[in-house]
Parts: sequence; structure tokens; C-alpha cells
Amino acid sequence: MPYNIVALLKRVPDTESKITLRDNAVVTEGLNFVLDPYGEYGLEKALQLVEQHGGKVTAVLCGPADAKETIRKALAVGADDAVHLSDPAFEGGDAAATARVLAAALKQIPFDLIWSGKQAVDQDNAQVPERVAELLDLPHVNSVIEFTLAADGKTARCVREVDGERDVMTTTLPAIFTAQQGLGELRYPSLKGIMGAKKKPITDWNAAALGLDVAAVGAAGAKFQVIQLEPPPARPPGKIIPGDAQTAAQELARLLHEESKII
Amino acid sequence: MDFTLTEEQGAIRDLARAFAQKEIAPYAADWDRTHEFPAHVYEKMGAQGLMGLPFPEAYGGAGADAIATALAIEEISKADGSIGLTYAAHMGLGAAPIFLFGNEEQKREWLAPLAQGKGLGALSLTEPSGGSDLAGSVKTTARLDGDEWVLNGSKLYVTSGKVARSIIVLCRTAENQGHRGLSLIIVPHGAPGLMIGKLESKMGLHTSLTTQVFFEECRVPRENLLGEAGQGFRYTMQVLDGGRIGIGAMALGLGEAALDASVKYAQQREAFGKPIAEFQAIQHMLADSAMELEAARLLIYKAAALKQQGKKFSVEAAQAKLFATEAADRVCWKAIQIHGGAGYLTDFPVERYYRDNRLLLIGEGTSEVQRMIIARDLLANAYE
Repeated sequence: MPYNIVALLKRVPDTESKITLRDNAVVTEGLNFVLDPYGEYGLEKALQLVEQHGGKVTAVLCGPADAKETIRKALAVGADDAVHLSDPAFEGGDAAATARVLAAALKQIPFDLIWSGKQAVDQDNAQVPERVAELLDLPHVNSVIEFTLAADGKTARCVREVDGERDVMTTTLPAIFTAQQGLGELRYPSLKGIMGAKKKPITDWNAAALGLDVAAVGAAGAKFQVIQLEPPPARPPGKIIPGDAQTAAQELARLLHEESKII
Repeated sequence: MDFTLTEEQGAIRDLARAFAQKEIAPYAADWDRTHEFPAHVYEKMGAQGLMGLPFPEAYGGAGADAIATALAIEEISKADGSIGLTYAAHMGLGAAPIFLFGNEEQKREWLAPLAQGKGLGALSLTEPSGGSDLAGSVKTTARLDGDEWVLNGSKLYVTSGKVARSIIVLCRTAENQGHRGLSLIIVPHGAPGLMIGKLESKMGLHTSLTTQVFFEECRVPRENLLGEAGQGFRYTMQVLDGGRIGIGAMALGLGEAALDASVKYAQQREAFGKPIAEFQAIQHMLADSAMELEAARLLIYKAAALKQQGKKFSVEAAQAKLFATEAADRVCWKAIQIHGGAGYLTDFPVERYYRDNRLLLIGEGTSEVQRMIIARDLLANAYE
């Protein structure tokens, strides 16, 4: 049976970009943006499921107006259509505010299941999909590395990796699943996909279109406030332990135990 | 004037880069050493739609523009010069003439499989009796016998000659007519009387399969004539104009790879108690390389943009090819200098970039031929 699958995506700075900070925010000028890699794993699974069972994949992304280019990357790899949630009022939101926007949009989109990244690599919040699940009163399974749909199409079996063990969960659909590394890398777009991406529909929704109160979204709706943002401290240089193997090993064990407290 | 890439151009560059860095770059040094032809890479490139990048979708191509095509060649070459050359020659020499001058049936039969990545294309021009003097040196003949062309002669330096699905041959179809007696004829792999010579042993570009090709009463159907008889030289000049953008893009990719390696090495290697990147002598080399590559990039993209707009681009393509290949030669030279003794070892990639780039100052028109093209245009316009 065919499935309508939503892939929740986020636009994040390329992990190879050099991040600079100004006024407690990341300077976005000149940054190269990509799809969040965890979201990509979810998108790949969505594409595979539609290849196997039929249906369609709708990419949903909440981000500024110039995120269209990133959305088209999802269309180039095979998403059928996309929804761009964009409004100056959405900017500066925390996980709760963003989840409100996504949940409002998902009430307008028919779906059987939703894929999302387990977290996004820019802020590593790992809260948005769970909050969306709560707002929509849907079951959710996070950090999925293996996924199969039951033959009747009503339930899904998920495998999660927990402390080196495999945790198997089943849930009824509709539900939200979040992707962990290992679920599968996103395919390359084909040239045909790239050239065809412009012809696929992207629906734009702002706060008014979703009937959202602007006081409940974006910076205005955020409970979470950034007090200070600073780059992580530079990594100290590596240490070379001199001496013969026996004394060096003893010294290494001492340092691991007393300085880095790993053992 | 806007120097930003379109979204599509950017997406194609990103795809080519991701593909090249994952599927090609990690193995390039091995292939260079073993000379093993990575056939599977071309199959994968075909599956991605890369092999028919600039050709219309109707023939299985992607319909990308000339700048996007140059970007893809640049990214592939950055990972592996041999694959870059095979790729550039496939599209620019083996397939482009069929697209430009072929009729509908020829495009379906010969262009479509190449565009879909079902085989590599080749073009054979040079003969033992001469290279740059193309019009005067072509001795390979083709005569009509009933419904067939019968070819006799031999060709040198045929890129991908050993594996090509089809080889387009520049040959003489009329005597005593100089360059007006030349034509292009498509010779399929396995045609009776077609013999592939031994693989040439080269300084670099080790997995680009360069061969001699011999024709002994080689028979192909009459329909395999491309365009009009007697137009082969003019067609060839037009094809080479486009091919030169590809060669320039290839040099740019190799130069970028050499500069990237240099920057990385200069920051890691220490001498006199600090990274050598802190010495002005090294910094000047890096700065000059970056500047020269940027200039090459602008020349290449400009020639490609003119081509895309359907304007004249012969001189710009010659300038782009000449400058980019010679700039890359200097950049690779400096890369080895920055690496010092390590740069001379095959453990580091820069000597490979240097060897691979060296051909680009020769193939598809030597540097001297490019200067001739540029000067001729300059002088012709000056006297108008």
C-alpha cells in the first residue's frame, strides 16, 4: 500500500564551514548551507519506503526565505514536493516555538508517517521531533537505525542502538520516527533530479497561512534565551610521552586515570 | 556582471564534488600506480547522469549548460586526472560532434548510448605524419564502395581508443582538395578492419587508455558520415573550441588539488621551529598559485558562458586553455617545491598532479597553437 511520508528537514551550516560568532549569534553571511545530515538519513529512508511501497515524500523545512536552495536539494534526490515554512516571525525560535510551527503545518498535510533527524548538527537540541509528536498526540520512536513496515501497513518495527544493545520497538502508525546515523546515507541526486527539481512544487506557508499567533512562535514565543555564545576552547596540543615502553605505558595509565579521568 | 553560479550549476558542482571525493579520490594514487582502468567508475557516473551532462534529455543527457559541464570536469579532475581526461574527451570529443553535426538517426544510435553512459566516445585526429598541422597531415582515406565507406590509414594518441564504443575518424574523402577534402566518419568498436594498437606508456594520466588505431579496408555503413562530406576540418575546429574549455577545466581541477595539498602541507610541516606556512617565501608561492587559479577560473567560465550563449568563443577558449594549463603547471611545480623532498615521492599526490597536467599543455592544441589562434585573431582585427 502507498504511503504519504513527510520528511522534516533543517538547513544547517556545512559542517566544514568556519563558524564565526557576532552578538551571540552565528554569522550567516558567506556560510555554505546544507541539509542536516540526520534529517538526510530520515529522507533517505522515506525515499526507500516510497520506492518499495509507492506513495509520496513531502519535504518540510522551517527556515528563512533563502533556504529554498536547500529545499531543492531534497527535491533533487527524489522528494515529490515540499513545504517551506517561512516567516520573519519564525526566526529566533527555540525548540518549543519551532515545534509549534511544524505541528501547525503537519495538521494541513496528509501523512502516514513522519521522518526527522534525531537532532540537528547546528544546535544539537534533539527536542523538536519529540515536541511535534506531543503536540500532534502521535507516538514517536527516536534514534532509529533499522526500520520495517508490517505487511498490513499499520505498524512499524524499529531498532535502536542503546548502550551497545539493540532495542526493538513496534508502534502503530501514524507516528514520528527520528533517524540515527546507520539508518543509511542519503543517495546522490541524479543529474535528472537536479534539472527537474525546479519543476517540483514548493508550497510556502507563513504564520498567517497556518493561523499561528506570532507571539507564540519565533523569538517572541521562545522560552529559551541565549545568554552567551562562544566558540569551544582550542584543543590542547597532543602529548608525547617519552621513555621506554614500560615506563611510558605506566605514565600513560597514570595520566588517563588522574588527568583525563577516563580509566 | 554577476559572478555567482546558478542554483543548478552549484548543485551539479556539489554532486560532481561529492561523487569524486568519495568514489574516486581515495583510489586515484593506486590506479596511477597499477594503471588499472576503473571501468566501474564510469558506470556509476553514467548512473548519476554525469556522462551525458551537456546533451539534451531527449538523448538521455541532463541538459546542463556549458559552465556546469566545466564545473563537473573540474571536480572530477581534482580527484583524478586520468578520469578527468577520459570524461572530458568522452563528452567534448567523442559525443559532441554527433550532437553538433549528426542527423536524428545518428543521434539516436550513437549519441544516446554515450550520453547514457553505456560506453565511452573517442575522436581520432592526429596521425604519425603530424599533429598541429592537422589539415596537411591527415593521410587516412575513406572511399565509397557501394553503401559503405572503406577506411585505410592509422591514427595516433586516441584517448580511450582501446575501450571506446565509437571512434569518430577525421579522414580524407576527396583528394587534392586540402582541408576541404576531409570528413568525419563514425567507426564503431569491432568494425571489420579496425585494429586497436598497443596501449601507449605515458608520463602520467596512466588510466586514460591512449592507443594507436589502424584501419585496413575498414568498412562502415555509408550513413556513418557525420554531417556533410568535406566539412570535417571545419567541424573539427569547432569541436576543439569546446574541448579546450574542458581541458582548461581539467587543468584548473588539478591545480586546485595541488594548491589544497600545498596549503595543508605548509601548515603541518615544520622547519626552524615553526610551520613552513609562516615563511614569506612559502606564502608568496601559495598566494601566486591562488591568484593564478582564480584568473584561470574566470577565463574558463567566461569562455563557457559565451559558448552557452551561442556566441563566438574560439579565442576565449584558446586563452582559457592556454592560461589554465600553464598556470596549473606552475602551481603543481610550486606544490612540489613546497613539499620539498616529500613532493618528489609518490607517497604524496603532487608529483602525480604535475605529471597529469603536463599533457594538457599539448593535447587538443599545444600552447603554441593556442598562441597562434589568439595572435591570428588579434592581427586580423587590427588590420580591419
